[in-house]
Amino acid sequence: MVTKINIKNLNIWYGNSPAIKNLNIQILANEILTVIGPSNSGKTTFLRMLNRLNELELSFKMKGLVEIDGKDITKIDVELLRKKVGMVFALPLPLPLSIFDNVAYGPRMHGIKNKNKLMEISEKALKEAYLWDEVKDRLSTSAFKLSGGQQQRLCIARTLAVEPDIILFDEPCSGLDPISTAKVEEAMVRLKEHYTIVLVTNNVKQAARVGDRTAFFLSGELIEVDKTQKMFTAPFDQRTDDYIRGIFG
Amino acid sequence: MMKKTYRTQKIAFFFLLVATLLIVIPVGIIVVIIIQKGMPGINWEFLSDIPRKGMRAGGIFPAIIGTIYLVSGAIAFALPIGLLAAIYLSEYSKDNLLTRIIKLAIVNLAGVPSVVYGLFGLALFVVFFKFGASILSGSLTLGIMILPIIITASREALESVPYSFREVSLSLGASKWQTIRNIVLPNAISGILTGTILGLGRAAGETAPILFTVAAFYLPRLPQSIFDQAMALPYHLYVISTQVPNVDEKIRYGTALVLLAIVLFMNLIAIVIRYQLRKKKKW
Repeated sequence: MVTKINIKNLNIWYGNSPAIKNLNIQILANEILTVIGPSNSGKTTFLRMLNRLNELELSFKMKGLVEIDGKDITKIDVELLRKKVGMVFALPLPLPLSIFDNVAYGPRMHGIKNKNKLMEISEKALKEAYLWDEVKDRLSTSAFKLSGGQQQRLCIARTLAVEPDIILFDEPCSGLDPISTAKVEEAMVRLKEHYTIVLVTNNVKQAARVGDRTAFFLSGELIEVDKTQKMFTAPFDQRTDDYIRGIFG
Repeated sequence: MMKKTYRTQKIAFFFLLVATLLIVIPVGIIVVIIIQKGMPGINWEFLSDIPRKGMRAGGIFPAIIGTIYLVSGAIAFALPIGLLAAIYLSEYSKDNLLTRIIKLAIVNLAGVPSVVYGLFGLALFVVFFKFGASILSGSLTLGIMILPIIITASREALESVPYSFREVSLSLGASKWQTIRNIVLPNAISGILTGTILGLGRAAGETAPILFTVAAFYLPRLPQSIFDQAMALPYHLYVISTQVPNVDEKIRYGTALVLLAIVLFMNLIAIVIRYQLRKKKKW
């Protein structure tokens, strides 16, 4: 498989406290990499580094190499990087716009003005996120009228509409009920056909259900990364085993 | 025990009510007196004619026009600058000692007595820039006076837009300016208009800043350009109340009533715009 993201000797600090310590990892094209670990383990920092959203924080410092498709991400235009690397946040965060305008927001920002073209993109994205049938008759109503699970799928559609290569999911089901969670997971598994997915989750079972490979982080260090199945049956490190079995964290 | 709690609550409600009435009643009385004494003086001639017989007869049309010009000029100057400054301060500037001092200074400037702005306007616009006593000088002086109000209100409005909206917009590859333009500003606009309303009312009512910079004691014609002097309602009211003897009471109260009505009308426009914008809001 092709390496999509290559990270070498990465260190991240907020002020003086380290958040990621000497990280080396490759993420392969069209895989779902699930990232698990207790809170404060650096998994969200890891995720937000990939689209450089961390930079919004003033105390953020980073050293090391992060390449996407062989290109150093600090040398790409940040808008282009974020177009290529989409993100779905922990809570459903619709913009205060209609359903259609939410999905069309990204493409509009990238210069697409033609209404038919925007409609086409939105329909495709909403279908990919399994939301189209539920909203096709009320695209002009406020996105806040949708249920939590629908809102989160709307956020996925909004990310897809920008046509990224990589999608980052930051605990996307933390606020959802089990049925909505199942729908979002189903969407993720189907999406990996066309996208590379990194999923940060606090739900170990979810990591096992949808991951191809799983990475375990602890206090800013990558303890191990392996095929999800192997990780959950015969982990290499005792601490991984403890965490997966719920002994700590 | 229950009974005591209930009584305490009743007493608290009583004092809250008294405090509210202490504010509302005097304002109500003032408005009622102005309407009662001013209404008889209001007629078409009073609103459309120039002052005659040393301001003891005729109308106040030039002063109405002067005030409208001054307030419009002040807003036209202060709203764009104030809004841009607020955007810079809340979205772009780094949070360091300098910006904190600037923010604090702006808040404090809102409390500077208006006569100080008048003197400043005299020195800068009238004398230094040689605009003379003119609508331009007066508008700019009033504009500077209301800048801190507009900046402070706009900053608060911008900062009240949830941070997560910005993060989402940026994560979709929008630039910072696109995010401000499409997400932050539309959601802050009603707060910005509230600040503008406050500034507007202040600009319309102040006498001191226009005293040295524009106001004519008696100029029974309409201004021809922005370099003309003009009459203005607050100053005219001051003149006919204190400087000119034997002005009929109904002319004085009529003038006050017109000033009140203009401020109210301008506020009403802003409130209607704000209401329309809020209706469009989706959250």
